[in-house]
Amino acid sequence: MLLATIKKALESLAVTDEIEVVKTIPPPPAAEGEEPGKPVEVKEKVAQTMLFDPDYTKKGYHLDIKVAPHDVPAAAQVLLDHKFFIESITGIDWIKEQQIEVVYDFNLWSELCRVVIRTRTDRATPEVPTISAIYDGANWHERETHDFFGVTFTGHPDLSPLLLEDDADYHPLLKDFKA
Amino acid sequence: MSVDVLDKSLETFVLNLGPQHPATHGVLRVKLTMDGEYIVHAEPVLGYIHRMHEKMGENRTWAQFMPNMGRLDYLGALSYNHGYALAVERAEGIEVPERAEYIRCITVELNRIASHLLWFGAFVLDLGGFTPLLYAFDDREQILDLLESVTGARLTFCYFRFGGVYNDIDDAFITGTREFIKRLRSRMPMYHDLVTKNIIMIKRLKDIGPISQEMCRRYGATGPVLRGSGVCFDVRKHEPYSVYPEFNFDIPVYHECDSMARYMVRMDEMEQSMRIIEQGLDKLPDGPVMAAKAPKIIKPAKGDTYCAVEAARGSFGIRLVSDGTNTPYRIKLRSPTFSNLSLFSEACQGMLLPDALALMGTLDLVIPEIDR
Repeated sequence: MLLATIKKALESLAVTDEIEVVKTIPPPPAAEGEEPGKPVEVKEKVAQTMLFDPDYTKKGYHLDIKVAPHDVPAAAQVLLDHKFFIESITGIDWIKEQQIEVVYDFNLWSELCRVVIRTRTDRATPEVPTISAIYDGANWHERETHDFFGVTFTGHPDLSPLLLEDDADYHPLLKDFKA
Repeated sequence: MSVDVLDKSLETFVLNLGPQHPATHGVLRVKLTMDGEYIVHAEPVLGYIHRMHEKMGENRTWAQFMPNMGRLDYLGALSYNHGYALAVERAEGIEVPERAEYIRCITVELNRIASHLLWFGAFVLDLGGFTPLLYAFDDREQILDLLESVTGARLTFCYFRFGGVYNDIDDAFITGTREFIKRLRSRMPMYHDLVTKNIIMIKRLKDIGPISQEMCRRYGATGPVLRGSGVCFDVRKHEPYSVYPEFNFDIPVYHECDSMARYMVRMDEMEQSMRIIEQGLDKLPDGPVMAAKAPKIIKPAKGDTYCAVEAARGSFGIRLVSDGTNTPYRIKLRSPTFSNLSLFSEACQGMLLPDALALMGTLDLVIPEIDR
């Protein structure tokens, strides 16, 4: 199965994050004549490798990997080697966490396998290395993401506005942008 | 005819194509660096009709964003309706009645034929043949009349709802559609006699504008552009959605990689769409057209969902990010022509200008969809 191969190839690139998990602690066994206690919910921080294969029917993709920004080109190269094509690149502004997420979608012609690569960068100075040298189509997608979110794709040949006007100095998809 | 090596020492000049040029089908500008009649470099300049649909999605409810779907790809708007409806239904977990899915497929395929007919007419017009446009519009008009009777719109459709469609089709629509298919089938040989077998057409398209598979992969080209390069990739078969698995249809694939191949793919696709519509009308089940349990207020759980459909121009993808409220947190629209046009710069290098325009025509550009 290709999905397993791809998963193995990308595994080393996935970051390990601390995520909050809600754990339910069952009540201690009640002594005789006493009311049984209620289960207690405790939030715990757990280290988790950010590589998931979600339920396709609910999510619409097969593999979801979070990598560090500097590992994005390496991940893209792995996917190109496995004959994936690039579908899109976009950003998501997580203003509460002061981060910008860049999402890369890849797909395959020969069999159904959608791979999502994510990376998070600081919101004040968002920087991700370009993959336009690997996938030429990424050029425009990255320019668009730069237009909308202000993400600087280091090494990109030309980050001038693609869809916005030439002198645009704003990034409309940031959550604090008010038109 | 194309040249491989251009003498870089020769003097070049810049030619501005568009943004108001008839061959750019809307407001697309291409900055061409020319060496005589040959293109040294082409740089498409986008954004003349950019409206920031994705931001609009973030300040209205999920249902209120549906009308925007008719204003992206205005020639194949129902595919976009379908993509958005399916994505929200996937995120929210809404079951759609079978009859509604059949109606969706029938109307989407009618819309696809209308889109291909308009492309056919406008493409031949680009190449200097005026008459086929009038024939194509005559046929397209019949589809628009049919769709108007059920959707209430002729162009900017907003027909699908989360959980079904808002209006049932009637007998007049069914008989009208069957008559239309009979009529279009009888006219296809005429199109082929008039245009496909025309010697000027063949000379203009055959072996012109090669787009290799490798190029398609690097740029993410989909749809008829990809299928004209010998890749059998159609979301309807590759990633079956709606009731498409119920239908028996083929995917036209041509291996020549030239403009003629992309032309033939679209011409053959109209026949396949007609087959789908016929089977849909034959199998059309009874029942409701809206899910009885479809929630009035949509609030998908936190997280993101991806959904892709085969639009007339390629794979249209939509990514929804929800924060659990009744307003989308982020909606990303992946438009097929955006990726298809991005390969134009590389594909047209060293080509004659009129050949590059033929190549651009086979990309089937709809600018509002690229600019969003």
